[in-house]
Amino acid sequence: MKSAASVRPSWFSIRQPVPTWAYRTVALLTFLTLLAVWQWVSTRPSTNAIFVPTPARVVQIGRDLLHDAEFWSDVKMSFLRVTYGFLLSAALALPLGLLMGSFHLGEALIQPVTEFIRYIPVPALIPILMIVFGIGELSKVMLIFIGTFFQLVLMVADETRRVPFELVQVSYTLGARRDEVVNRVLLRAAMPGIFDAMRLCHGWAWSYVIVAELVAANEGLGYRILKFSRFLQTPKIWFYLLVLGVIGLALDFAFRVVGRRLFTWADTTKR
Amino acid sequence: MKLELRALEKTYATRQGVTPALLPTSFTVESGEFVSLIGPSGCGKSTTLYLVAGLEPATGGEILLGGRPVTKPGRDRGMVFQNYTLFPWLTVRQNVRFSLGLARNRRPDPYSREAVHDSERADSLLELLGLADFGDAYPRELSGGMKQRVAIVRALVNRPQLLLMDEPFGALDAQTREELQEMMLLLQEHERTTILFVTHDIDEALFLSSRILVFSPRPGRIVQDLAVPFGVGRELDLKLSPEFLRLKRELFGLLHHHHAPARDRDALLRRLVHAHDRRSSAPPAISHP
Repeated sequence: MKSAASVRPSWFSIRQPVPTWAYRTVALLTFLTLLAVWQWVSTRPSTNAIFVPTPARVVQIGRDLLHDAEFWSDVKMSFLRVTYGFLLSAALALPLGLLMGSFHLGEALIQPVTEFIRYIPVPALIPILMIVFGIGELSKVMLIFIGTFFQLVLMVADETRRVPFELVQVSYTLGARRDEVVNRVLLRAAMPGIFDAMRLCHGWAWSYVIVAELVAANEGLGYRILKFSRFLQTPKIWFYLLVLGVIGLALDFAFRVVGRRLFTWADTTKR
Repeated sequence: MKLELRALEKTYATRQGVTPALLPTSFTVESGEFVSLIGPSGCGKSTTLYLVAGLEPATGGEILLGGRPVTKPGRDRGMVFQNYTLFPWLTVRQNVRFSLGLARNRRPDPYSREAVHDSERADSLLELLGLADFGDAYPRELSGGMKQRVAIVRALVNRPQLLLMDEPFGALDAQTREELQEMMLLLQEHERTTILFVTHDIDEALFLSSRILVFSPRPGRIVQDLAVPFGVGRELDLKLSPEFLRLKRELFGLLHHHHAPARDRDALLRRLVHAHDRRSSAPPAISHP
């Protein structure tokens, strides 16, 4: 029989951590593998270079685009639309979700109708949105708002409900009033989860802005992709797609860093 | 402050109909008493505590604290739960002072003598319980025993007239539990808080209480009201004294004579053994009586 000291979790043990360098190496290898597959496919004689440009070609095109004011204005427009839509949705989802998660009547008031609206595919709303809000910025912001709000409000409510009821009970025995229990206890306790829900919804907001721009816009990353495709400028499309990935990754990372800073008290073992 | 329960009763509506959790129960706790409720699980001792706290509505009877009826939770009845109910986003010091910042308890002038006194009281209670060095720690950094100490201090800062404790040491290891029991005695002598304490640990009840109420199994009612004669200044070795052991035996008898007879158990064991026999020729390691 082996001695206890020799029992070491292997790298393939369920839920056991692996060394950081191993984690990073594997993550990097995935990217390199994808790149290699791309390189291989794009250099096959049977591949049409117009559809699948080589990585080198995309990098070359991209370098030019980085010096192009149009590119930066596209990034800015998409970013602003996402930000406005997302902030509007967060600003409304937070109080309403808290209300839903705290009171059964609040749940009855909001939840069933939200569940209903949530299942209407957002792109199906575009024609109506354009009729109601015009083809300007407002219709795009509203699309992002509708796309994220109904999800976020349910997630905020869920996080609020997940707060142990004992925290509510103990607050009452310490003399808290009902509004204090909601604001000082439920909201505070649910905040890390709510913040995480916002991170996810922010990611979805980027999907909706592209949908909106593909349908009707004069600038923005989605609009530009559509325009490139009309002129078969595939290397530029690929570059814009890479940019979208990088923006998403960077903003997600920023959310995580801020969240970790804000909620040092939370259990760090659950990521 | 004197606590009076008059024919207090609790039933739950379930799918099978109405289930009684607590039969009409009456008892009185005098000011400064330490009364333990002891009994098998599901006997209604915790229910009684939640009713007194005002966290659950009673189905019948009434609760009087200092002559006034209890209808909802309030700062006059502090509560310590079995599970650690510290606010994880607050440090130990902030947890302890949580009640001082609530609208109902807040002093109009933060620099008044009363406000300074409240704050000093919170600090000195923390110090008394050996938590002075952990004031800035978050609950997740504390051991179970320390979390429970903080919860006790937090409940006491308000000077509640009645402290309700629901198996507060049930989740702790034996040694930590004894440490906290000694600490409870010290606090009780010092603070003179009236305490209603729920436990299923006979030793704990005898060691801490001035009186013990023994509950029958579900649906609960009080079958014995036992005065504990040990007085103040108890030490841990009291648990080994003949008088302690005699009372322990008496309580043990009360708590266990309600158990269902074990006669079925032999038949069940025999069936288990036969099941083994049928599968393998090797006899299992159970000796027949």
